[in-house]
Amino acid sequence: MFDWFEWEFTLSLLTNGVLIGLMYALIALGFVLVYKATDAINFAQGEFVMLAAFFGAVMLLSAGAPFWVAVLVTLAGMIAFGFGLERVVLRPLIGRPIVSVIMATIGLAAVLRGVAPLVFGAETRSIVMPVEDAPIIWGPLFISPIQLIGAGVAVMFLAAFTWFFLKSRMGIAMRAVADNQQVAMAMGINVERYFALAWAMAGVVSALGGIVWGSLLGVDVHLALIGLKVFPVVILGGLDSIVGAIVGGLIIGIVENIAAGYLDPVVGGGTKDFAPYVLMIIALMVRPYGIFGKRQIERV
Amino acid sequence: MTRPSGAVAGEGVVQLAVENVGKSFGGVRAVEDVSCVAEKGKVLSIIGPNGAGKTSLLNMISGFYKPDHGRITLDGRDITSYAPNRVAALGIARTFQNIALFRGMTVLDNLMLGRHVRMRYGVLSAFLYWGRAQREEVEHRERVEDIIEFLKLQDLRKQPTGALAYGLQKRVELGRALALDPQVLLLDEPMGGMNQEEKEDMARYILDVSEERGTTIILIEHDMGVVMDISDRVVVLDRGRRIAEGTPDEVQRDPEVIKAYLGAQKAA
Repeated sequence: MFDWFEWEFTLSLLTNGVLIGLMYALIALGFVLVYKATDAINFAQGEFVMLAAFFGAVMLLSAGAPFWVAVLVTLAGMIAFGFGLERVVLRPLIGRPIVSVIMATIGLAAVLRGVAPLVFGAETRSIVMPVEDAPIIWGPLFISPIQLIGAGVAVMFLAAFTWFFLKSRMGIAMRAVADNQQVAMAMGINVERYFALAWAMAGVVSALGGIVWGSLLGVDVHLALIGLKVFPVVILGGLDSIVGAIVGGLIIGIVENIAAGYLDPVVGGGTKDFAPYVLMIIALMVRPYGIFGKRQIERV
Repeated sequence: MTRPSGAVAGEGVVQLAVENVGKSFGGVRAVEDVSCVAEKGKVLSIIGPNGAGKTSLLNMISGFYKPDHGRITLDGRDITSYAPNRVAALGIARTFQNIALFRGMTVLDNLMLGRHVRMRYGVLSAFLYWGRAQREEVEHRERVEDIIEFLKLQDLRKQPTGALAYGLQKRVELGRALALDPQVLLLDEPMGGMNQEEKEDMARYILDVSEERGTTIILIEHDMGVVMDISDRVVVLDRGRRIAEGTPDEVQRDPEVIKAYLGAQKAA
């Protein structure tokens, strides 16, 4: 009856989907961090990842640095970028309508996409991780070591940031800033410092995301397109929820792999690229604040 | 210490002084040339009909509005142009007219946020957590426990504040302001929307804070009975101007005040 359904094939699609999904979640995390603290939607998240990947690739290829040095430099570079961006571009916009911040990030995205090839060159570079290329074979499954590392890094950071927001004093203060800036100020909280911290944390996540995604896809301007995947992930999971980023990432990862595995042969390909957005539109109709998002209750 | 011109008060030590302060919003004069002083450890009430400029005055003290002219001093230090977080760090805490708790968080988290300004450890030690940061955390937690006990919030520590009854939320907000260890406490209608019993409880807490901690209190309140009971001095505002200042007895007999209140009642 179900002769089109193959257990082993499905299992490998699922595994692949979970690993890729966690890597999406890592990037979505950068987006969620900024949204949680500042209420701003960062349309340049994909470009952050691209920039980080360029840093990493240049360090490895042109400077010939060891892998861990390249990672550290990328991290430092992206933290500095996050702080600098907040200080120069975003701080002057504090108190303006949120749409100004959104427009600023859209502009920033275009600038980064335009300037990166000028500075780093237009050719596609590679980031080579110091691991075996050959897939790990585990029963019927072929697992890419790069994806495994990417998923591992994602899980580590998702856990760390969950702890940060739930238990640490700074994380709780950051939630307070997100909840109500004025009241946070009346508590003596330096709101601007927390905004800067949120952007720096987005820089950290982008640095790691840039290295794992860069080693998977290669490093050029097109890497920024990964940022577009963030939107279905966070719309599904909830803009302000770390757990939502994980679950949204997993759902998108699994759905696009299953779709590619089963629908591509029928329709001739390309389902991977639009399946997440179909899901996003359905999510917007059914549950616009996401699975784990804060439901805003307006009293009129 | 010299008293600011126009400010009148009793014989105590001036802790917070508002000197000839004015603020307009797009041509509307919210506060006009108002002066008043809050004496150390005393309760100063600001009363007046709706739209008299009471909350605007409080917002200028806590740094949310910058006055167009005049100045505000704390222990003689000019704080007129300080940002709200600096004002808070100097020891001026406040509550808000509409409850402004962090709703998704527990009572304990809200109170601990009040301690934020007194915490010293930074990003790195916070991430490392152990050691100094750990000891500090314990100290602050003890301080918060004192407040929880004082306000009888023991059973509510882990409750999300959004789920609490209105009167309790007001009490938690008072607790959060107390967690800053303030020298001056600004209370914007702490009894608004409460029933008589809750009002009496809140009045008791305010007096206890004043007497036991020696905290200077500036209170905005509509309930005249409460104001006359617990205030040492009263300032009356009407349409942005100060129309009277004195002890509760003096203010109650003031013809200007009677006129403003009767006028307001007729209009209402």
